[in-house]
Amino acid sequence: MKPAPFAFVRPQGLQHALEALAADPGAKVLAGGQSLVPLLSMRLAAPTTLVDINALPDLDHVRVDEGGVHVGALARHADVLASDHVRRAQPLVSLALSHVAHPTIRNRGTTVGSIVHADAAAEMPMVLALLGGSVAVASRSGTRTIPAAELYAGPLESTLHHDEIALEATFPVLAPVDGIGFEEIARRHGDYALVGVGAIVRVEAGTIASARLGYLSVSDVPTVVDVTQALAGELSAGSIEAASEVALRQLEPADDLHATAAYRSRLVRVLTARVLRAAYDHALDRARDRIES
Amino acid sequence: MTTKLFGEKVPRVEDQRFLRGKGRYVDDVLVGHDLLHAAVLRSPHAHARIVDIDVSGVLDVDGVHVVWTHDDLAGAMADPLPLLIPHPQLTHGRTQYALAKDEVNYVGEAIAFVVADDRYLAEDALGRIRVDYEFLPPVVGVESARAAEHLVHDDVPGNVAARLEQENGDARGAIAAAPHTLSLDLTIERSASTPMEGRGTVARWDPDTGRLTVWTSTQTSTGVRAAVAAKLGLDLAQVDVITPDVGGGFGVKINHPWPEELLVPLAARTLGRPVKFTEDRREHFISSAHERGQVHHVEVGYDDDGRVLGLDVRFWHDNGAYTPYGLIVPIITSTQLLGPYKPGAYRVVFESLYTNTVMVTPYRGAGRPQGCFVMERTMDAIAAALGKDRTEVRAANFIQPDEFPYDHGLVFQDGRELEYDSGDYPGSLEKLKALIGWDEFPVFREEMEREGRRVGIGLACYVEGTGVGPYEGAHVHVETSGKVKVATGLTTQGQGHATAFAQIVADALGVRFDRVEVVTGDTRRMPYAVGTFASRAAVMSGSAVHLAALRAREKVLKIAADALEAAEDDLEIVDGVVSVRGTPDGTASIDLGTVAVLSNPLRYAFDEASKAATQFSVGDPGKPPVAEDDEPGLEGKDFYSPERSTFANGMHAVIVETDAETAEIRILKYAVVHDCGRLINPMIVEGQIHGGVAQGVGGALLERMAYDESGQLVNASFMDFLMPYVTEVPAHIDIDHLETPSPLNPLGVKGAGEAGVIPSAAVFASAIEDAEASYHPGLAITAMPISPSDLFALRQRHEESS
Repeated sequence: MKPAPFAFVRPQGLQHALEALAADPGAKVLAGGQSLVPLLSMRLAAPTTLVDINALPDLDHVRVDEGGVHVGALARHADVLASDHVRRAQPLVSLALSHVAHPTIRNRGTTVGSIVHADAAAEMPMVLALLGGSVAVASRSGTRTIPAAELYAGPLESTLHHDEIALEATFPVLAPVDGIGFEEIARRHGDYALVGVGAIVRVEAGTIASARLGYLSVSDVPTVVDVTQALAGELSAGSIEAASEVALRQLEPADDLHATAAYRSRLVRVLTARVLRAAYDHALDRARDRIES
Repeated sequence: MTTKLFGEKVPRVEDQRFLRGKGRYVDDVLVGHDLLHAAVLRSPHAHARIVDIDVSGVLDVDGVHVVWTHDDLAGAMADPLPLLIPHPQLTHGRTQYALAKDEVNYVGEAIAFVVADDRYLAEDALGRIRVDYEFLPPVVGVESARAAEHLVHDDVPGNVAARLEQENGDARGAIAAAPHTLSLDLTIERSASTPMEGRGTVARWDPDTGRLTVWTSTQTSTGVRAAVAAKLGLDLAQVDVITPDVGGGFGVKINHPWPEELLVPLAARTLGRPVKFTEDRREHFISSAHERGQVHHVEVGYDDDGRVLGLDVRFWHDNGAYTPYGLIVPIITSTQLLGPYKPGAYRVVFESLYTNTVMVTPYRGAGRPQGCFVMERTMDAIAAALGKDRTEVRAANFIQPDEFPYDHGLVFQDGRELEYDSGDYPGSLEKLKALIGWDEFPVFREEMEREGRRVGIGLACYVEGTGVGPYEGAHVHVETSGKVKVATGLTTQGQGHATAFAQIVADALGVRFDRVEVVTGDTRRMPYAVGTFASRAAVMSGSAVHLAALRAREKVLKIAADALEAAEDDLEIVDGVVSVRGTPDGTASIDLGTVAVLSNPLRYAFDEASKAATQFSVGDPGKPPVAEDDEPGLEGKDFYSPERSTFANGMHAVIVETDAETAEIRILKYAVVHDCGRLINPMIVEGQIHGGVAQGVGGALLERMAYDESGQLVNASFMDFLMPYVTEVPAHIDIDHLETPSPLNPLGVKGAGEAGVIPSAAVFASAIEDAEASYHPGLAITAMPISPSDLFALRQRHEESS
């Protein structure tokens, strides 16, 4: 469990990092290292150069403005999770982060790194997709913004080019009429979920105006399902069942070591119901709070 | 009297060191010295012939010192590794070579050995070795082994390494004549010890003295020493084996010698530089031993009270690719499954089968968890069939307290009669029922049902033969400072021996606990020893330490009586001071350090203490300084060798909740009643139980070795092999003790190391089945471990079939 030989650079500036990355087609970016380092140690990945971006300035920010929650490429999961501003502006980010692995991993792992690692079993890629966020990336030729809907190309594959470094992820602020929910079931606390579901539900005048669900571990890429039509404005046993059916048509639960596809499908139904109710209640609570304040 | 320490919750002297990161493990040895590092090329295939190995180009790599394959080994090193525990019925025992010869039989089998400047280079070098394989069909799992369409070893027909049958009475006749009968098929999957620290070996050859020093993470340093000497052609006296701190063994480190335990010393001698091998986690999964995998068929006949009249058990044991540790595991299952019960007649037959998977050697519990699962599932099935309370059926079958010693008419793993020495099973059951709230459970269940929650209760009982022979020894030395140095040869993997043995010595010798220092597993200090396994350390070394301390005490009293001009019988030793009973403090007394000085007449005076002992200043000038029947020095040495094992017992109960929607299994309450005879240190015993329960939760609900049909272990990491986190084990375990002393040893103790893990599969199966009973009547749990996905599938199948 020792990595194969590789060159290591630790640039002090972004331009230098982008040049180092572009210079070697076998180069990889190292940020928190929580996915990459085990892959290196098991020699499942053997990049020829590691471009360590941990010394780059001004990338560890966690900032909230009207444009959303902005998370810099060097902000650790723990930094984002600890932010009250984030919790108030977009509680789904904080709620989902509390399910990301264990404190020791959250202390080191970066939220942006997890997003561009594009693991369909990880929480944050799905949350970005569900909320319709985006990632800002840079290359020697400039910067661009990739909307979440265009970020995931396939299993563990993002649409970042080889010579690009992700600088920041942006999650939209939760609209006043929206509520959110998130639940997952894992074999052990902190493990990758067997199934995880996030929900964002908009309630206007007591009626569900829109509802979207995001799913973990039941598809190759983070998958978002719009169930607005299926719910037809309200939550009932029937409408929730219909929403689950819509979702399952877009998902591909599979057998693996830890669960059968049939069991995962069951969890999709159970968790879909739970998070829809939670998000709906959350939206109502927020409306009530607004009236009271 | 010095305050008695035996039976006290003395805080462990080890803990400060371990908790502050001051433990010193084999990977810490010789750091900063001129160390070379080893790595092993392991077979990526489960079954293949080796056509060719091309190592050309490996030695070209800068910093690579050695690359060896089987062709490079000579003499005893080129022979198969030893079959440690032969048995007449192990008719087709097979062991692997240190490096594979012609054929590989499991993924992970060692093929080539590289030594380089560091482990990185060594792994790079492995990547340059080219092996040509001719693939052979792999045999994976008990069913495939039984079918024997393909053979693991060409010369082992039917893949059967051994077949063993034992019978007491006419079991089949008794079943045929019984008013009720049942049959069950029961399966336990593979798991493994998975200690935090894997295997590791460091060796240094000293060319000046012609001596080899080996540090290895083992459960038997004397065993490794003998194996290394034999394989390397060295005299035993040239080899020292030292076991530093060991980060857990749980059985896997009792098997020896591992290939690296021989190859590392050989490389150190060949290269004249110290060499280290530290196993990594993936290597541990695929090349250290596993256990547990067995398939069982039970036929039982019983009467209206649930009394077992005849029990006939057949089972198939997956021993993996080789049998270095003989038949210990299946023999233990076949004998210990009887637990606290006395069936009218009993017959057991097992076959030990080869598969193309990692070899099987004992893992904490060593066949008992499987046996307990079989017996307790049978008890539950009888209770269900008769509509009786599960505790009543068990009580009807218990051996009674006045029936000890109880001879089962079978032969145990140590080759001695399976004869229980003592116990009080009805008393244990009463305590367990009170502790878990057995009689109050129906009310609790109703309350939970009103909230829409499913709960179930289960129990399981076991008896564990502990403290197997043949012997252990101890050496106790009182230094002139008054400090007491104790050595025993078996090793320590976290059991707190330095505390428990010091308690025993402090009591026996009359010294303060903090004056006693214990060393284990160092062949320089105690060359005769067996090892730490089978819950034997407290019984075997504990007794030996006690006897050795008493010998030292005898000598203390003899010398002190002389010095104080008093009769030995009038002396007492308190806090390291010998005095005449009934005299005022300070008069007529002598401290142990001074007694030690007096015990050693010296020629040279190098300090005040030794000055007092020079042959010119003490003793009777008319007699030899050392009397004919005496020896210089204040020492005691003794060995303990019991007639047979001593049998501890216990019972666990658990209340679980099974989620109606997700089939998740939650532990609400866990209770343990435990009888390991007299407790040396209740805190250590409870720690063993806590750890055992945690490991048992893993085995019952989370852990399994998942091989695919090609023989690849697909979950060879802690990401996919689900060892429980602290969040998965009960935050609180209710424990109650009985202390039924063993009549077989001077301390009255029985072993406690494995107990906590034995009934786990059985107790969870019982409770989960009970939780489901009202919703899925007749749903039977017959295979463990069980995951939520498995439980969900069982519910689905039950609904489809009913």
